[in-house]
Amino acid sequence: MTLGVPGPTDMNSKSNQTYEVAAKERTGLADVLRRFFDSDLWFSFRHSPVAIISMAVSILIVFSAIFAHWIAPTNPFDLAQIDLLDSEIPPVWLPDGDSRFLLGTDDQGRDIFSTILYGSRVSLLVGFASVVFAMAIGIPLGLISGYYGGYVDAVIMRIADVQLSFPAILIAFLIDGVARGVLPRAVHDEMALYVLVFAIGISGWVQYARTVRGSTMVEKNKEYVQAARVIGIRRGTILVRHILPNVLGPVLVIATIHLALAIITEATLSFLGVGVPVTSPSLGTLIRVGYDFLFSGVWWITIMPGVALIILVLAINMVGDWLRDALNPKLR
Amino acid sequence: MALLDIKNIRVDFPTRRGVFTAVENVTLSVNPGEILGCVGESGAGKSTIGNTVIGLLEPPGRMSEGEIDLDGKRIDNLPYEAIRKIRGRRIGMIFQDPLTSLNPLQTIERQLVETITTHLPLNEGEARQKAVDLLDRVGIPEADIRIGQYPHQFSGGMRQRVVIALALCADPEVIIADEPTTALDVSIQAQILDLMRELCRERQVGMIIITHDMGVIADITDRVAVMYHGKVVEEGPTQKILGNPDHPYTQSLISAVPRPDVRLKRFPLVEYIESAGEARKELDVANHWLGKARDFEAMDGPLLTLEKLHMRFVTRNAILPRDRRYLDAVKDVSFDIKQGEVFGLVGESGSGKSTVARMIAGLYKPTGGNIFFAGGELTALRTEREKDRYRRQMQMIFQDPYSSLNPRMRVLDIVAEPIRFHNLADDRKETETIVLDLLEHVGLGAAAAVKYPHEFSGGQRQRISIARALATRPRFLICDEPTSALDVSIQAQILNLLKDLQQELGLTMMFISHDLPVIRQMCDRVGVMRHGQLCEVAETEELFENPQHEYSKHLLDLMPKLDVLSHEGLEVEQTK
Repeated sequence: MTLGVPGPTDMNSKSNQTYEVAAKERTGLADVLRRFFDSDLWFSFRHSPVAIISMAVSILIVFSAIFAHWIAPTNPFDLAQIDLLDSEIPPVWLPDGDSRFLLGTDDQGRDIFSTILYGSRVSLLVGFASVVFAMAIGIPLGLISGYYGGYVDAVIMRIADVQLSFPAILIAFLIDGVARGVLPRAVHDEMALYVLVFAIGISGWVQYARTVRGSTMVEKNKEYVQAARVIGIRRGTILVRHILPNVLGPVLVIATIHLALAIITEATLSFLGVGVPVTSPSLGTLIRVGYDFLFSGVWWITIMPGVALIILVLAINMVGDWLRDALNPKLR
Repeated sequence: MALLDIKNIRVDFPTRRGVFTAVENVTLSVNPGEILGCVGESGAGKSTIGNTVIGLLEPPGRMSEGEIDLDGKRIDNLPYEAIRKIRGRRIGMIFQDPLTSLNPLQTIERQLVETITTHLPLNEGEARQKAVDLLDRVGIPEADIRIGQYPHQFSGGMRQRVVIALALCADPEVIIADEPTTALDVSIQAQILDLMRELCRERQVGMIIITHDMGVIADITDRVAVMYHGKVVEEGPTQKILGNPDHPYTQSLISAVPRPDVRLKRFPLVEYIESAGEARKELDVANHWLGKARDFEAMDGPLLTLEKLHMRFVTRNAILPRDRRYLDAVKDVSFDIKQGEVFGLVGESGSGKSTVARMIAGLYKPTGGNIFFAGGELTALRTEREKDRYRRQMQMIFQDPYSSLNPRMRVLDIVAEPIRFHNLADDRKETETIVLDLLEHVGLGAAAAVKYPHEFSGGQRQRISIARALATRPRFLICDEPTSALDVSIQAQILNLLKDLQQELGLTMMFISHDLPVIRQMCDRVGVMRHGQLCEVAETEELFENPQHEYSKHLLDLMPKLDVLSHEGLEVEQTK
């Protein structure tokens, strides 16, 4: 380290130039992409065939669900397009199959492939919404619980324990029952989606809260948090600006796995009849509708949405598993 | 023929960014009864050598060249099972952390007896007798009773003795000790080193000691190999290497070691090791933002006064007050710090020195006593707004450079945070200019601003911490062990930097360390702490030449004697 340095003025201009050059290289989308493709996460992804395939399948399903309007050969809910004469046609590869209906038709003549596309849209919507809802409750509570400790922590965590002692399905039944009693039938059908999101979300927040609480208790003792306290930064800002970004890694993993779980829970509820109404069916509703025909030889009405559900959940779960391993090298 | 011969080995670690060569062209040998030191800074490859010899290289690391001979027979190409038999039987190991080297679920007896019967043809009774003898030999009192205890019932130093006994129990020919005393306090370190030297002579064991600590090397080794970037740059008798080093790296490494016996003006140039990145830019402080607008009220008398400061932690809470248990971490500590002075606080781990610092910085609320700072009473402040005024004048530098910076923020935002929070700059542009100036002032260069903390080494991160602390234009800086996580050459750079800043900006500083030689280099006055109490406060020179308190004398006696180290190139500061 030498001390003899050029005068302040020319050094200043030079240093500002080097900063600006460096800053230019380091900003914008290009830099974000460059750093992503250079990261260990991307490296681990590229070297895991399971992750690549399951991610591809997940993305494919999500896209076809979002763009169901364009992709689906027919709109199964447009009565003008349905013909009762087309009912109960088996999938194309069976003897009586019809090339118009890839996976066959149901009892009302609707194309099953199309209903699956529309149905997975509802399933994914409920799944994503309840994950976001659970995170919105769980992450702040976890942060507060972990950072403040003491009585605040005790109260929040006991509530979480109580919450955990009810299975999600029970809570959903409860809320659905109350909603049915309070709301008129027409309104209830409209509200069914929100009731589901609320029921699944409210039973999922505990996991987020616990994970975030644990990481927060580790992070709050790190010296960067203490440095911020010495500067005088207020608690809220410390929580949001310093601690939150550092506890989100595990949350991402839980969110992925919770998404799969939420989709299954939704399907279960819809299958049991407390979920979304038949007029805008999810995968679970489709399975239930077809269930009546399972033993009359028309198995495809229920099996096809079932297979779609399995593929979707499996793919998301495997992405979640890979993410967990990639973000936590200690598990390997 | 030497007992253990390491011939020309090279160790490679394939990574996704190409092959990393950890060790290259290393040739070492140990004779019976000899202690070979292997010294170097982090990343020099010294631990890799130890792991290679005992066949414990972490995959995917592999030895790609050279050979290792034990007593004339090649051992590096043996099958796994054969190496396993040599490990523990003919080559013993001592690791850094005595807590993780022992199985917490088994008694000492079980672990020792199991190791003995695995390697030697003895029955249970004979093995137990041998174990008791060994424990007795390594200095564990009432060995035949304590052998039945579990590891957690032993103190850190005692545990390390048990680990040594464990390494010795199969009568090995060679012992490899990887940082055997780094996790221990100074007073225990001296005892353990003595024990190791005795055992080595007595049993004619060849020993390799891997360490970063020149004190350990000077204390115990016969020969020393200096490692740098995976290569041995110099090897020879310890006296010769430390007293009259030939290689420039060894020279700069030795000149960077803080001496207990003299106070230097500043550490000599240590540019051989890690360049600070950019030349440090000197600022015209009088006309610069950093010096300007130092709108602190002028004051007489000490800047900081502690009056009977007390801190009591609740170690076990209970509803009934009589069931609660407390720990008094700081007991009635009083001292003051004058303006422009560097005040040192020294003590062993657990003495309460960090707690004092944290109370002053406002991280802990003291349970008793008063803190007066810059004319105000900190302990009487209630609202955040009132505290902010004092927070600006006081900043802190932390010990661990790896956790003291938020990994998700850019350096620019880290250093700018205090400026923004306290509204010290008029606009974004000015904030940016100030941050860049600060980064250059601490020797990092402006381009550092756009990077993230993980892109920097430990020493560079500590510079970022210093820049952040300076960003509020403080008059008082608390340094809590700022260099104890750093290599010795980086430590010299950081200490130089702190000295320069202190003088340029007229800072008052509180410098906390467990390392007496460092304290001697940095401080004007020193307080010695033990068990939460302040034993003695004295001028630095006074304390080192003529300590009054028993404990101060004891601490000074334990300091490693570094008289053998070359004094070449050192500028000694004349005592006032």
